[in-house]
Amino acid sequence: MIIARNVSKEFNGIKAVNNISFEVKEGQTLVFLGTSGCGKTTTLKILNRLIEPSDGEITINGKNILSLQPEILRRSIGYVSQNNGLFPHYTVAENIAIVPNLLKWDKVRTSERSNILLDQLKLPVTEYANKYPDELSGGQKQRVALARALVSDPPVLLMDEPFGALDPITRANVRKEFLELPELKSKTIVLVTHDVQEAFELGDQICLMDKGIIVQTGSPEELIFKPINEFTRNFFSHQRLQLELGALKFSSIWESLTDASSSSKPSLNSNQSLWEGMEMLSEKNEETLVVRNSEDNSYKEVSIQTIQSVYLENKRNR
Amino acid sequence: MNEQLNLGQFMLQQSGKLLDQTIAHIGLTCISLLIAVAVGLPLGIWIADKKRAAWFVLGVAGILQTIPSIALLGFMIPLLGIGALPAIAALFLYALLPVIRNTYTGITGVDPAITESARGMGMNKWQILFQVEIPLAMPVILAGIRTATVINVGVATLAAYIAAGGLGEFIFGGIALNNTNMILAGAIPAALLAILLDFLLSLFQKANLKKMRKVTLILPVLLILFSSFYIIPYTSEKILAGFTPEFMGREDGYLGLKSKYKLDISTVVISDAVMYKAAFENKLDVISGYSTDGRLKAYDLVTLEDDKTIFPPYYAAPLVRQDVLQKHPELQPALDILSGVINDSIMTELNYRVDYQKQLPEKVALDFMLEKGLYKKPQTGPEAGIIRLGSKIFAEQYILINMYKMLIEGNTKLKVVTRTGLGGTKICFDALTNNEIDMYPEYTGTGLLVILKPDKKTLDPIIGNREKVFDFVQKEFSDQYKLSWLKPIGFNNAYALMMRRSQAQSLRIKTISDLKNYLSNENHQH
Repeated sequence: MIIARNVSKEFNGIKAVNNISFEVKEGQTLVFLGTSGCGKTTTLKILNRLIEPSDGEITINGKNILSLQPEILRRSIGYVSQNNGLFPHYTVAENIAIVPNLLKWDKVRTSERSNILLDQLKLPVTEYANKYPDELSGGQKQRVALARALVSDPPVLLMDEPFGALDPITRANVRKEFLELPELKSKTIVLVTHDVQEAFELGDQICLMDKGIIVQTGSPEELIFKPINEFTRNFFSHQRLQLELGALKFSSIWESLTDASSSSKPSLNSNQSLWEGMEMLSEKNEETLVVRNSEDNSYKEVSIQTIQSVYLENKRNR
Repeated sequence: MNEQLNLGQFMLQQSGKLLDQTIAHIGLTCISLLIAVAVGLPLGIWIADKKRAAWFVLGVAGILQTIPSIALLGFMIPLLGIGALPAIAALFLYALLPVIRNTYTGITGVDPAITESARGMGMNKWQILFQVEIPLAMPVILAGIRTATVINVGVATLAAYIAAGGLGEFIFGGIALNNTNMILAGAIPAALLAILLDFLLSLFQKANLKKMRKVTLILPVLLILFSSFYIIPYTSEKILAGFTPEFMGREDGYLGLKSKYKLDISTVVISDAVMYKAAFENKLDVISGYSTDGRLKAYDLVTLEDDKTIFPPYYAAPLVRQDVLQKHPELQPALDILSGVINDSIMTELNYRVDYQKQLPEKVALDFMLEKGLYKKPQTGPEAGIIRLGSKIFAEQYILINMYKMLIEGNTKLKVVTRTGLGGTKICFDALTNNEIDMYPEYTGTGLLVILKPDKKTLDPIIGNREKVFDFVQKEFSDQYKLSWLKPIGFNNAYALMMRRSQAQSLRIKTISDLKNYLSNENHQH
């Protein structure tokens, strides 16, 4: 649980971060979204004191971060920096062992733990442990950087544009893996990105930032359907349709769908978004698909037409 | 001259010396490099995040680099004396810039994303420095150390000028003696040394980023190992001699001292520019100087009598083209006026005024002529011709040609133009035979050994005798070159061994034989 109150940071009289407050609940992911220079990266780095705040108070799991020695604080927070930041002169195994060594773990514990992570991240130990970063692909490097941040099992994880250096296809794949990674399910995560799609996919809450202040905080659905001002509205205008379809889950429009027979085979579940439903329809080239509600085990039928009509209806009602 | 050795034979014959010099050379290079790394590396790291300090430190190191190496060695002598210490200090200063600059460049060139992620993981300042920044900067730092090494191997040859040993002893001895084998015996190993050390360091550099952590450990160990080769060439002997590279290799020099006097003395090689001062400052006890050098007086040194006459006489006399003498018969009587007027101590005194009191040679010459009543105002009236006077580049020659100018212009209707500063013997002599000058003052010994170069059979019976040498050169120059040696001026600017007056008196040493006896008694007592 992270609580930030009235945090500011001045550089040479210019307020890069201007009196912002936010909270991240345990196990949730908060995304700072904004254009370059909006103060999102500065905010992230204040959390592990890579940048010292000029003003304000921050607690992580009840402890004021300014009361801890910065090195000690940082060892308890996972950090994935921009462009992965892997040490080029260390092997994959050595890179992952950096924090355990700082924490003075014994060798056996370190290697057991890194092997588990490498397996989860689909980097077979025998093949990759002794490779150097320049022998890896961009996606592999990013996964090693993630393993390095997770190895000591920190409750909090900070990520600065973690997929920024990857090409769009690799980025989408790594993001998907990231979402499915069991290690991450229980972590409190703060992530910085300029990619709207990424923010919507990964964030439980999104802080939209501009010129050092938080313009709006909310769930993806709130941001896209209930913008508080022009700035928020305009920010999403380019990808509005996709974002809206992505923000709507089948569960929230369950009543508007027609029932399907309980004997049919479901290919979607109600926690997925309308966008995913459309992708699946066009991928499978089917007229209709069946959605299963995981709560009451009921089944509904969807087609392109039903998605279109419920989407429009939903929009009108807001 | 007689038997010519080829390079291989020479190096084989001198292998003992060559080995000593090479070891000294490696030692000088590596010790200075080690200190430069020990100082430059932390300094480079320190300035890496301090822009203003970086500007200042790099500026100072850059200025040091621009000081000519021989001058830097010269500056070191008043501070640190002669020998290994000032040489190492000078080499250290030379190696400093490449080490500091490359450390600075290497450290500041480390990708900030990497150091930031190191910080973000909780590494402290020192852990980042030793585990991240230094290993990643190591290829650039090593490149700097390589540059410094090559510079130092080169500059270390100059250490021979201040009695620190090294391969420069052969190189400068060879240059002074016009002995190509000797030059190459020093220059080739020096070049190979530079290539070898550079190659060894390049292996480290290519050891790739991944093994840099090991390199960081191995390098200092190797440097210390190489440095330990070097035993500083100071002995505990009571009497230490410093001889010029030229003197060390001459039969009428150190070789003759050994063979004719059986002189057994510990020696270091040193440049004549600093030799006299080093003797004055008790750094050396015996030196090889020129008997009329002004510094003899300045530093209160005395010459030891050459009682077995190994040093040939170097009587100065005008050397004139014969056709000029025939064309202007009034010239020779004018030049002869100076004959027998200046003895050793007078010449020393005159040189002292120029070399040490920094008076102009013209003034010293004029004062002397006035004092002796030899000065006459230049004659007026139609001129009878022009005489071109040449001189080598040192004070004594400048003084002499100014005197000759006054004598010629005062006693004849001839006019004089001077061509001073004609390098060495060879340049003056060639200018004379090529009709570019008409006369210059030359020394009998030089005429004998540098120009005529007779074989040992001819040389042995005449070399110790003033008249015989003079007669021989006069006849040979006349026959071979149509040049005339006029009457000698009087002084003998020969090689001589010199000691501090106080020490020579307290040890009762007046001749070279006395020195030899004193040394052998000392050795027996040990």
